[in-house]
Amino acid sequence: MAKYLLLKHYRGAPASVNDVPMDQWTPEEFSAHVQYMRDFAARLESTGEFVESHELSPEGTFVRYDGEGRPPVTDGPFAETKDLIAGWMVIDVESYERALELAGELSAAPGAGGKPIHEWLEVRPFYGVTPTATE
Amino acid sequence: MDQALLRALIPTVIGVLVRRGADFAAAEDAVQEALVEAIRVWPENPPRDPKGWLVTVAWRKFLDAARAEASRRQREVRVDAEPLPGEGEAVDDTLQLYFLCAHPSLTPASAVALTLRAVGGLTTRQIAQAYLVPEATMAQRISRAKRTVSSVRFTQPGDVGTVLRVLYLVFNEGYSGDVDLAGEAIRLTRQLAARIHHEEVAGLLALMLLHHARRPARTAPDGSLVPLAEQDRSLWDTRLITEGVDVLQAALARDRLGEFQAQAAIAALHADARTAEETDWVQIVEWYDELVRITGSPVARLNRAVAVGEADGARAGLAALEGLDPALPRYSAAAAYLHERDGDLVTAARLYAEAARAAPNLAEREHLTRQAARLNTGLRR
Repeated sequence: MAKYLLLKHYRGAPASVNDVPMDQWTPEEFSAHVQYMRDFAARLESTGEFVESHELSPEGTFVRYDGEGRPPVTDGPFAETKDLIAGWMVIDVESYERALELAGELSAAPGAGGKPIHEWLEVRPFYGVTPTATE
Repeated sequence: MDQALLRALIPTVIGVLVRRGADFAAAEDAVQEALVEAIRVWPENPPRDPKGWLVTVAWRKFLDAARAEASRRQREVRVDAEPLPGEGEAVDDTLQLYFLCAHPSLTPASAVALTLRAVGGLTTRQIAQAYLVPEATMAQRISRAKRTVSSVRFTQPGDVGTVLRVLYLVFNEGYSGDVDLAGEAIRLTRQLAARIHHEEVAGLLALMLLHHARRPARTAPDGSLVPLAEQDRSLWDTRLITEGVDVLQAALARDRLGEFQAQAAIAALHADARTAEETDWVQIVEWYDELVRITGSPVARLNRAVAVGEADGARAGLAALEGLDPALPRYSAAAAYLHERDGDLVTAARLYAEAARAAPNLAEREHLTRQAARLNTGLRR
């Protein structure tokens, strides 16, 4: 098995096909979307492929070291950062093909008009384990 | 409480319940519940007869579950509350469990999880922690696996080869968590070798012992990988090496060579060398020839090329790389090593950096990045 991160961007990914902001959906469309995500996670748990799922607040601040004895410098939060992570799901699956299949299903979550969003998700493999037998 | 003793009893107790009429899935669940209770209760109140205790508790759990199921379906309990007499083992239950849990209809990950629980006597929580997934996910993986094998008869003979592949996966790809999976794989392979005379079972056991012997030398105190040539050989476990070599020699004497015996023979030749310089690379190349003949595996050919580089010089090693797909895992790392030995440091540094980007795990990435950095620093001087 191998673990993959399915990364969802607020911004930075190419535009979705059904690209209507959530606040323009009807409450029913929004509920249907949330239910789809819950069902998806529950189904992955039942297939033994679910690891975790988290969502992030859109408020992000950059921080860096500014020298001995000085407080770190902060910058932001930014209204116009190029890339903004919205959240992620970690899955543990048999193959890369299976990871792509699941990301495809997640991207089909319904949005405006109850139609799939066709949102772009980023699939990133985790590093695996160091094998015991190496030569 | 002796955890290993407790765990060793688990497959036997599952066998007892199955012979009393429980189906495998229900028996395995009941024994898992009894196991969790034993871990809780035994430290305070150790039983005089551990196996009897487990059978009694597991049977009661099984009956409770069967009654609950029956009342849910409003049916009679069809299994007698009183166990049937005659508990003598007609077949080796533990051996049957190895076959069932590694059944070819299971995916490798399911077979691993089921083997660790039903044969290894680990709890779902321990297995989940070892593979870094939530307990609920691992529980589902195991119950799906049990559904997959539900139509397989318990006494059906199985394939040793699939069992060995599952045990090798546990040994080789286990995360290091609370449970030492490499040690657990050795315990399970040792237990299998005691039940079945098969040269490849012995070959795998020897391979595991010989690799495990080098574990203390394989990582530096900071966690970085130490390649074989640079390992402090005084840290190798000579007791495990002796046992591994004995097991291997007995297997080879049967004259039915297989891939695990060939790999163990290579590991034994490394173990035999007191210093890296004393390594008998000519014999190692001969064993790689056997391994390539048996498996036809491109990975074996790649490893063979590195061994040829040691036996006959870097040029010969690079020639042996020709015809192999550069997309093979660790191809760039092998090519980098051989180019460095050949004196082409610029190519070697570029290939090490390329290998680092393609590394399948963090420890290898760090090791390969360090090699590239070492060569590039030297080239700048």
